[in-house]
Amino acid sequence: MPPPDAAVTRLIDQIRSARPRGAVLDIVGGGTKGFFGEPPRGEPLRLQELAGISSYEPSELVVTARAGTPLRELEQALADKGQCLPFEPPRFRSGGTVGGMVAAGLAGPSRAAVGSLRDYVLGATLLNGRGEVLTFGGQVMKNVAGYDVSRMLAGSWGVLGVICEVSLKVMASRVSTATICFELDERRALADLARWAGLPLPVNASAWHEGELRVRLSGARAAVRSACEKLGGTLLEAEAAARWWESVRDHTHPFFGGDRLLRVSVPATASPLGFPGQQFIEWGGAQRWWRTPAPVAEVRDAAARAGGHATVVRGDKSGGAFTPVSEPLMRIHRALKTAFDPERIFNVGRLYADL
Amino acid sequence: MTLHNVLRVRGYTSQGDAVDFGSEALDSAGLDLLPIVVGSEGMLAVTTEVTVRLVPKPQLARCIVASFPTIEAAGDAVANVIARGIVPAGLELMDQRMTAVAENYVHAGYDLSAAAILLCESDGTPEEVAEEIAAMTQVLTESGASRIDVSEDEAQRLTFWSGRKNAFPASGGISPDYMCMDSTIPRRRLAEMLSAIQAMEAKYELRCVNVFHAGDGNLHPLILFDANDPEQFRRCELFGADILETSLRFGGTVTGEHGVGVEKLNSMCVQFSQAEREQFLAVKRAFDPNEILNPGKVIPTLQRCAEYGKMHVRHGKLSFPDLPRF
Repeated sequence: MPPPDAAVTRLIDQIRSARPRGAVLDIVGGGTKGFFGEPPRGEPLRLQELAGISSYEPSELVVTARAGTPLRELEQALADKGQCLPFEPPRFRSGGTVGGMVAAGLAGPSRAAVGSLRDYVLGATLLNGRGEVLTFGGQVMKNVAGYDVSRMLAGSWGVLGVICEVSLKVMASRVSTATICFELDERRALADLARWAGLPLPVNASAWHEGELRVRLSGARAAVRSACEKLGGTLLEAEAAARWWESVRDHTHPFFGGDRLLRVSVPATASPLGFPGQQFIEWGGAQRWWRTPAPVAEVRDAAARAGGHATVVRGDKSGGAFTPVSEPLMRIHRALKTAFDPERIFNVGRLYADL
Repeated sequence: MTLHNVLRVRGYTSQGDAVDFGSEALDSAGLDLLPIVVGSEGMLAVTTEVTVRLVPKPQLARCIVASFPTIEAAGDAVANVIARGIVPAGLELMDQRMTAVAENYVHAGYDLSAAAILLCESDGTPEEVAEEIAAMTQVLTESGASRIDVSEDEAQRLTFWSGRKNAFPASGGISPDYMCMDSTIPRRRLAEMLSAIQAMEAKYELRCVNVFHAGDGNLHPLILFDANDPEQFRRCELFGADILETSLRFGGTVTGEHGVGVEKLNSMCVQFSQAEREQFLAVKRAFDPNEILNPGKVIPTLQRCAEYGKMHVRHGKLSFPDLPRF
């Protein structure tokens, strides 16, 4: 590993001096996801300076970028070569960074079809609580040397350390895409989605809301054409459909605008949850957004009975933004926190109060 | 990767508590511990049940066998296929000697004059397969393939694969023993890697046949040797370590899919810094504070790496090769 450059050295200095100063650090990329999870607190550890695409080999389908790189810049560089991040990371506001994207671990409408952000992480360079620069994984597709720390960083909300640089697998943009829509109630929509999931169809995304199911097909031209014929429905105009899926991905769709928003993650085949209020279902039934007056505890109980969990994105976070984990798992969480950040300085309380 | 298809691992912590990593939903609350548990070689928890994702069986699969006059051309063809945005269901490379050994064993009809052959598979709906086979045929031809055969039916497809699938037993037929290596390199360096391995054959005076999961850059060189000859065994181990360390120099990793176990502990000392290895050991203790699960595997002790570092200086020239060192 080459010696750390000036930007990394400054981060190391701030990390090493934090505990003696009695400070905890709030790792900040673009500052676009502060509303998600528990509130950030502490002295900002800014990553904007640690920016830029370090290497990009389109023929290898691998890109390596530093944490502060604007997500927009990365996506543009990929688009210039006809490639993309297939998991469609949400951009809640403009200015989000690559590091923040990985730390949040969120994925957009295509997640059920193409895998999660974590599945595209190939390697990462991390600063731990001792200010050590550590590299895990690499830039190759298959790698089982040592524990897979880099993929564990996806969705870790910065509690284990500072992601300095990350290598991601990228894919060619889809040749052909079509969106079809159906008038269906929730139960029928879930049943159809489950049936289609068992068939070799190029379903890339689905969304059900207020009696309408939209399905995005994506893949080889011939496959999309034959799936459209097979499934029927009404074909949406391509430009308008693309804009609509972006609004779902980035939560600019009006449904996501209110002051209460719950994300319920359940097995795709779970029965309708039946809370009062409005619902927006994605991922073939596996991600169900709710705007409901139902108490959070009640939603969490129902999610748990269905085999899932619920996150309070906006609203009453008094029971925690994230569903608590079982005690044996929490013991492992605490021990991992100690292993990476023994002095507890990074994003304290951002995921759970104990971390 | 296995991880991408695992939804839930159910088992017990080292302290005997029942635990679930992951769930039947697409994500779980808290840190995503599945990636750290899958592939951990039994170091972190005891697994009793696994839930995997199933996908619909493709309606159709067809396979292309393409011959190339040079290893370089075959390596470039792999890069070109990937660069075109094609994701083959399988993309395998066998060098000339491996092809000959496999052909002798299964009589698949491989081109024995080729320096390397590529097996390139497409699956999906009939329309997708037709589109992809056409695209792959075009790229392979443009990349200098000297012969291209496309399977016409399932029986022929299986014949095309039979040599590749029997590469290991076929190699067992031409040598008393073989050691199968497993490393990954960036795909664009396949040809360079094969030349490096050829040079090692001369250096260590042992033969090597090569079969690669070329689409992933994952190498399985088989070093042929006789385990009854301690001198050959010693050279075989040095040959293997050299392949792994060359893979690292090319920007790769010392194991692509088979894992570390105990055999690759020394190579872990080369791939990871002391701080990185200490972080791994801390992860181990976070799951298994008393270190009762598979102790001594996967992550080398600091002492072992110090010892290997000293040995490394005299690479290939140990003073007392028969003395047990570790």
